[in-house]
Amino acid sequence: MATAAAPRTDRTPADGAPGATADIAAHQHAFDTAVAAEERIEPRDWMPDAYRATLVRQIAQHAHSEIIGMQPEANWITRAPSLRRKAILMAKVQDEAGHGLYLYSAAETLGTSREELLDKLHSGRQKYSSIFNYPTLTWADVGAIGWLVDGAAITNQVPLCRCSYGPYARAMVRICKEESFHQRQGYELLLALSQGTPEQHAMAQDAVDRWWWPSLMMFGPPDDSSQHSAQSMEWKIKRHSNDELRQRFVDIAVPQAKSLGLTLPDPDLKWNEERGHHDFGAIDWTEFKEVLKGNGPCNEQRISQRRRAHDEGAWVREAAAAHAAKHAGNTGRTGATRA
Amino acid sequence: MTATVPTAAALALGDDALVLSHRLGEWAGHAPVLEEEVALANIALDLLGQARVLLSMTGDEDELAYLREERAFRNLQLVEQPNGDFAHTIARQLYFSTYQHLLYSELASREGPFQPLAGKAVKEVAYHRDHAEQWTVRLGDGTDLSHDRMSRACDALWRFTGEMFQPIPGVEVDWAALEASWIASVTDVLGRATLTVPEGPRTGAWAAGAGRQGLHTESFGRMLAEMQHLHRSHPGASW
Repeated sequence: MATAAAPRTDRTPADGAPGATADIAAHQHAFDTAVAAEERIEPRDWMPDAYRATLVRQIAQHAHSEIIGMQPEANWITRAPSLRRKAILMAKVQDEAGHGLYLYSAAETLGTSREELLDKLHSGRQKYSSIFNYPTLTWADVGAIGWLVDGAAITNQVPLCRCSYGPYARAMVRICKEESFHQRQGYELLLALSQGTPEQHAMAQDAVDRWWWPSLMMFGPPDDSSQHSAQSMEWKIKRHSNDELRQRFVDIAVPQAKSLGLTLPDPDLKWNEERGHHDFGAIDWTEFKEVLKGNGPCNEQRISQRRRAHDEGAWVREAAAAHAAKHAGNTGRTGATRA
Repeated sequence: MTATVPTAAALALGDDALVLSHRLGEWAGHAPVLEEEVALANIALDLLGQARVLLSMTGDEDELAYLREERAFRNLQLVEQPNGDFAHTIARQLYFSTYQHLLYSELASREGPFQPLAGKAVKEVAYHRDHAEQWTVRLGDGTDLSHDRMSRACDALWRFTGEMFQPIPGVEVDWAALEASWIASVTDVLGRATLTVPEGPRTGAWAAGAGRQGLHTESFGRMLAEMQHLHRSHPGASW
């Protein structure tokens, strides 16, 4: 942790008495200095209300994406074509539930609760990544999600490991390690298909054709119409613009597609010597907006399944709470632990 | 006597783990709470790992999993039962993980072809048993509703518990003692859960054996159709 700014004790805990205007100005100054010095903001530090609200929104959306994102892949667990692939896929979906847990915990440090956030997800007041509103139609989609969707997520998330809010940054360090593992497995799955029978190769190409553009949309709207970007960059929550990250992803994906022996579905994609980057075609932002509005192929299905799992599980959660309350005085077993 | 692996035994133990793992995999994205998404997937993965070792002892794991027909599978009828509600899944876990833990503890303690696998898996299985026991107690001794559901689930699956103790050729354990330990353990857990031990036969749907002879229940064929479909659609392909 950097120590260039005022020492930590100068940043009055957020739960202190509400200060006068002068105090708030002093808090704001200490916060700005800490952010400028690349120090981490921690849960008990003072922070601007808007910073807190932005983080809650972003971390919650990230957590929701992990748990909704389990669905398109879980769709193939029971049909995985080999036991090895089945084990890899099960482990991945399990990791995603774990990522959801880390992220809800990180959000809770900001004064919200998992229950409250889930309620907002279920009632449509908070969003999840648009990418999970696309269907997994073949086994190759599992590979395309690993390679492209996880690849785009990593490009987005690695800079978040340096995010100014400590709990979020630390969650991202753990998550990014597992995500890069998943991405390599997705790539390897596609490679096996690409080098397999003609039918398998065609299956891989078809999946890449369907997932490429939605993956590019994961970086969000273009810089000139991204409403939260400037403020998030000032707060060092965000480190790079949407378009910068999208360009970085394209530049990484193009040679990988080539070594996979697959093509990307963009006739305008070509190396631009002058820019030192790949040029690529226009994204269909109308489709993006429709998916965000709830009109994508699977929006209804995804949220319904989530609500159903939650509603049908209510009696289980109530039973656990009732049992815990009955035995609150017991000092016996504290929970399942692995030997 | 050579050290070769008894095929019938490897298939019986391997198919139990394979089929139960598959059923637990169906929970992904549907669990009542995120912690259970993690726990059920974790148990499913452990079981799949065991299945892969056991099937590989007697052939190619994928050929055995994906290319056998229903009548050639040797798993217990218990593990192929549909998930039902969370209480049914937990009752199935309680009955099976108690059995598996007792059996693997025995196999781990004596020399034989299954000792290495059992020695490793017994730690996983102890955790599965703990998970099932704790949930049985929570649901049984939770709310009136959860008590009823847990009670109904334990009753519904009781008839599939007898076949666990049919001796498996090649598995040299004292099956009668294993059954007595199992009854004692399940009776204790159900008691702590304020549930009564179900009454009625424990012989399953078939008087002449059951899953171990390849005689399965109707939902199993549908489960296999889903599991094997993609693999069978691309003969000879590798994945």
